Amino acid sequence: MIRLEKRPQPSRAWTVAAPLLAVALTMVAGGLMFALLGKNPVDAIRTIFWDPLFNQQFASYSRPQLLVKAGPLILIAIGLSLGFRAGIWNIGAEGQYIMGALAGAGVALALYPLDTWILFPLMVLAGALGGWAWAMIPALLKTRFRTNEILVSLLLVYVAQQVLASMSLGLMRNPEGGGFPGSRNLQQYPAAANPELFEGTGMHWGVVAAFIAVIAAYVLLNRHMLGFQIRLTGQSPRAARFAGVDTNALVLFCLGTSGALAGLAGLFEVSGPAGQVNIDFNVGYGFTAIIVAFLGRLHPVGILLAGLLMALTYIGGELAQFMLGIPAAAIQAFQGMLLFFLLGVDVLSNYNIRLGRREIA
Amino acid sequence: MDFGAINPVVLFASLMVASTPILLAAIGELVVEKSGVLNLGVEGMMITGAICGFAIAVETGSPTLGFIAAMAGGAALSLVFGFLTQVLMSNQVATGLALTLFGLGFSALIGQGYVGTKPPATDRLNLGVLSDIPILGRMLFSHDLIVYLSLALVATVWAFLRFTRAGLILRAVGENHDAAHALGYKVVRIRLAAIAFGGACAGLGGAYLSLVRVPQWTEGMTSGAGWIALAIVVFASWRAGRVLLGAYLFGGVAVLQLNLQAAGLAVPVELLSASPYLVTILVLVIMSADRGRAALNAPASLGRVFHAST
Repeated sequence: MIRLEKRPQPSRAWTVAAPLLAVALTMVAGGLMFALLGKNPVDAIRTIFWDPLFNQQFASYSRPQLLVKAGPLILIAIGLSLGFRAGIWNIGAEGQYIMGALAGAGVALALYPLDTWILFPLMVLAGALGGWAWAMIPALLKTRFRTNEILVSLLLVYVAQQVLASMSLGLMRNPEGGGFPGSRNLQQYPAAANPELFEGTGMHWGVVAAFIAVIAAYVLLNRHMLGFQIRLTGQSPRAARFAGVDTNALVLFCLGTSGALAGLAGLFEVSGPAGQVNIDFNVGYGFTAIIVAFLGRLHPVGILLAGLLMALTYIGGELAQFMLGIPAAAIQAFQGMLLFFLLGVDVLSNYNIRLGRREIA
Repeated sequence: MDFGAINPVVLFASLMVASTPILLAAIGELVVEKSGVLNLGVEGMMITGAICGFAIAVETGSPTLGFIAAMAGGAALSLVFGFLTQVLMSNQVATGLALTLFGLGFSALIGQGYVGTKPPATDRLNLGVLSDIPILGRMLFSHDLIVYLSLALVATVWAFLRFTRAGLILRAVGENHDAAHALGYKVVRIRLAAIAFGGACAGLGGAYLSLVRVPQWTEGMTSGAGWIALAIVVFASWRAGRVLLGAYLFGGVAVLQLNLQAAGLAVPVELLSASPYLVTILVLVIMSADRGRAALNAPASLGRVFHAST
């Protein structure tokens, strides 16, 4: 008979090992899925996890893509992790990402063709504000009316998508675009562009921002009173209340920060890799970042690594689509599976497994 | 603009059709939440049901088999959630999200071959004399079996929770799992059954969307219906009758905005398309602002992990 016995404290070793085990299990289950699709599972896994980095033919293209994809994922996930730690669930990062991009691009397009260095910083500010404001809706509704922030933040994603559609077909449409949807291309607008900083690295300002966010979050969580309050609220809301933690302020801070970071990610994407506001601008980074946050154990350094790994599955997925004809949806299912396994193996860090009959005390 | 084209009778008839997927998913989730489990994966189970039902209906030519397959698919996926949250004691919020993310990818994967396919038609029920009543016949008695099944399900769930011993036990498990466990009830088993029921309902709702309401398969076609269903359970403050009210209200908004779009109302199309979500948020705010009520009816153990220590 297998029994689970709660550990007095989560096991440190398993906290680190669980994500690795989850990745391994996902590879096995994913291989099985690819086999069912009629593909060679070993080939598929190698194409996803190995070829983008080490295959001589593809690596020169796909290595820089790693940072391009990991940047927004890490930036958003860092923000989300703060709230998740405190039990504040912002799952609408996708919407905040869109609104940040729209606000930032809006500034650039409104001032077109202004050519001054101050434009880009202004856009960054607008992007952060856009995401922040969108996240403030669930935050204020939660603090004022105790409305469930999970549902509100998620529902606002669908609203943001409609705003995006409206903007790319209307207000922000390129007047010289011949009637096609989509804004001017910001990459061809030097003052507003977010270019690759070093040739061939994929490094752009968004990636820089992501690294800064990782460090800032690490300092906040380990060295700052606010970080302590966040962790305390997550572990014991009741104790936090007695300790004088202002829960409402915490909700505003966590949702606001995650919104601002998601908005920043959107801005750096729209002015850099994506280039323009268009209907299909958002590709689900806001949702994948949820997986990244959990896979990284809600820890800044873990998120950094998890973001890189998730970015790898994106790039490898594209490669597998191209090389082996594995559908893009399979990668999405694969990422979802990873979260399942992660949550499943987490039992090992919180519980001891005991075999055999229980002794009678 | 031509509001004359909006016929109230047809409007109500299509309202019933539009509401049915949400109603099914919401009544399933109501039972799940009453047992003390918060399953945020409704969207994922709905879309899985949508594609399972669609695929089987197209392959076999029988919508009935499709609906059964959808229920099986939704229930199977929900049991993954059940296993993780009940046996491995994972966080319910995170696991529910995982279910949605996985469901969206998985359904897109299966559905690849079915984009643009036309499903076999689901027959309308012949209710004889009732269908021939002027106005009312068209409004209420000209639908397919699933519409009436969903209404019957609401009544059954209401009666089950209110009058039966099993319903009482289910509620006890949801209110205080430790006490229920101490009384000898199998908390985990009861919850797994509730979760599977919720999954089957969500799957059926999804299949209704892909086989009747739309009817075709597109990726991500549930577009938030599962989340609206979750919101309706809160709106209904965990009561079956009000789930019906909530679902029909949202179905009404959805149908009305489509009609207004068609009539060419001088409001941006995007605003109309966003209106069901905005109305949902508004209603959530109104419900939650009323503190006492929301707190009174929410199952006390909702979302809490149960671990039998002794």
